[in-house]
Amino acid sequence: MQKTKKRIKSSMGSKIFTVFNSLFMIAFVVITLYPVLNTVAVSFNDGIDAVRGGIYLWPRKFATKNYQTVLAMENLITGAKITVARTVIGTVSSLVVNALLAYVVSRKRFLFKSQLSLFWVITMYVNGGLIPVFMLYKNLGLTGTFWVYVVPSAISAWNMLVMRTYMLGLPDSLEESAQLDGAGYMTIFIKIISPLCKPVYATVVLFVAVGQWNAWFDAMLYNRMKTEYTTLQYELMKLLSSVMQQSGSAASASERGSAAAAITPITVRSAATVVTMLPIICLYPFLQRYFVTGLTIGGVKE
Amino acid sequence: MAQGAVKAKKDRKITWKEIKRQKTLLIISFFVTVYGIIFYYWPLTGWIMAFQNYKPAKGILGSQFVGLDKFKFLFEDATFLRVIRNTFCMGALNLLTTTIMAILFAVLLNEIRSTMAKRMVQTISYLPHFLSWIIVTGILHDALSSTGIINDLLLRANIIDQAINFFAYPKYFWPIVAFANCWKETGWNAIIYLSAITAIDPSLYEAASIDGASRLQKIRYITLPGIKPTIMILLLMNIGNVLNAGFEVQYILGNGLVKSVSDTIDIYVLKWGISQNDFSLGTAAGIFKSVVSIALIVICNYLAKRAGEERLF
Repeated sequence: MQKTKKRIKSSMGSKIFTVFNSLFMIAFVVITLYPVLNTVAVSFNDGIDAVRGGIYLWPRKFATKNYQTVLAMENLITGAKITVARTVIGTVSSLVVNALLAYVVSRKRFLFKSQLSLFWVITMYVNGGLIPVFMLYKNLGLTGTFWVYVVPSAISAWNMLVMRTYMLGLPDSLEESAQLDGAGYMTIFIKIISPLCKPVYATVVLFVAVGQWNAWFDAMLYNRMKTEYTTLQYELMKLLSSVMQQSGSAASASERGSAAAAITPITVRSAATVVTMLPIICLYPFLQRYFVTGLTIGGVKE
Repeated sequence: MAQGAVKAKKDRKITWKEIKRQKTLLIISFFVTVYGIIFYYWPLTGWIMAFQNYKPAKGILGSQFVGLDKFKFLFEDATFLRVIRNTFCMGALNLLTTTIMAILFAVLLNEIRSTMAKRMVQTISYLPHFLSWIIVTGILHDALSSTGIINDLLLRANIIDQAINFFAYPKYFWPIVAFANCWKETGWNAIIYLSAITAIDPSLYEAASIDGASRLQKIRYITLPGIKPTIMILLLMNIGNVLNAGFEVQYILGNGLVKSVSDTIDIYVLKWGISQNDFSLGTAAGIFKSVVSIALIVICNYLAKRAGEERLF
């Protein structure tokens, strides 16, 4: 008798818990998705009509003009091309270099493996800071070129360590038996290790590609005057400054240099935002398992 | 086993034969090390500028040394002291709120029974992490604008009678930044906690059920203690990054009206170094940040060791 009562009570509590938990999750999903969907709705709304506000999940006065405006903006198209180029070139080069380095420091017989690892681990914690780095790029002739997006970020200690951890988990016998067959280190890397590292390569590719796609600060800092090397995010940032200035909430927008030269309606900015985030929204759900494994490996670094 | 260790030790002796055998590895190491020295270690020589009155025309070798004058100027500058406060407070507030939200989300998501729903919620929760700060601040700006959803809801609920311009009052700025961070990173940060929860021994939950523990009790006495090491280690790791957390949102959303609470060390460096061309002062502020960050990491590492948790490095 006592027991049944207890079970009923606990299942009652469990039900209440389920209800509150579901409500929390629904609220979470709504808060996460609403702003994104609202941006999509605004991007399909007429520009003058949108100023009144009150657009929620559906456009009030449907229009595709914003997208036409966006696609006619020359600097945005340039930005898109540069962004695609830096994402592709930056990701490929970064993957190759980081993988090679990870391969080297994960070889058990390598003479300088601990020294080389330490050399790169230090770079995660110590860096020269904005000004010395800026001067370095200037002296190397990287500023004002496309390569400033790709070359300095080629090696990232964190990504390298994630790959190293994964490679250390592979059995040594693979390398040994290949060596007995007369394979050199390069052959082992290309033919044996790399095919087994596909999951961790995918993780690093995802991290680097998203980082490249979303970068804007380097474009502003190093290539402000070079409109031919502008990026999508930086152009979006200029549009955002323009909208903020319009709404009177950013008095300092003029500090951002050439930003906000012309007033842009919020609908156009929304359309540009949608164009910029579309590739990511379409791709990321399919890459989920890769970044989950990547984060878990990264979390258990020694 | 012991024999293997001896053999491994023998193998790692530097001999000509071994160097020849590892030629490929050594060549790769040489190139990446040169790259590393140029891009990561060489900029450290720029720290000399902080002790000089650096003039670009004269270069580092020809500029006049002024000792600690630039640092003295920094610590007598009321703006810099305010900037330090802003960076610390926003960093700490962000760390605290994002950690709590991530744990809460991970624990509650774990309680969802339906795998379908769980996976759907989780997939949605990652989305903001992949959007750039430009997009996130833009979206946030729309939501908080005078015609945005927040003002709309507050007006409808009769809590306010006219729209608030959230970006015009310093008191709203830190909470807005903290909210932005939570919105962007909760789902992402929860990944690691969720994987820690899956590692908890299921028999503990079964035993607790037999003893008649409620779901809340199970969370409190099994789940939370189970992920405590993970929480500790992530907290300690992120404390070292507290000073790095203050650039993008603050730079984009900051404006003349809230400058006193929005400017951070990074923005200060950018303004003095790049816009005002005072490289020495900008570098000095950057050094201050680096040194404090490293000190924080070392202290946290020490504390973690004392507390018997895993070390960070």
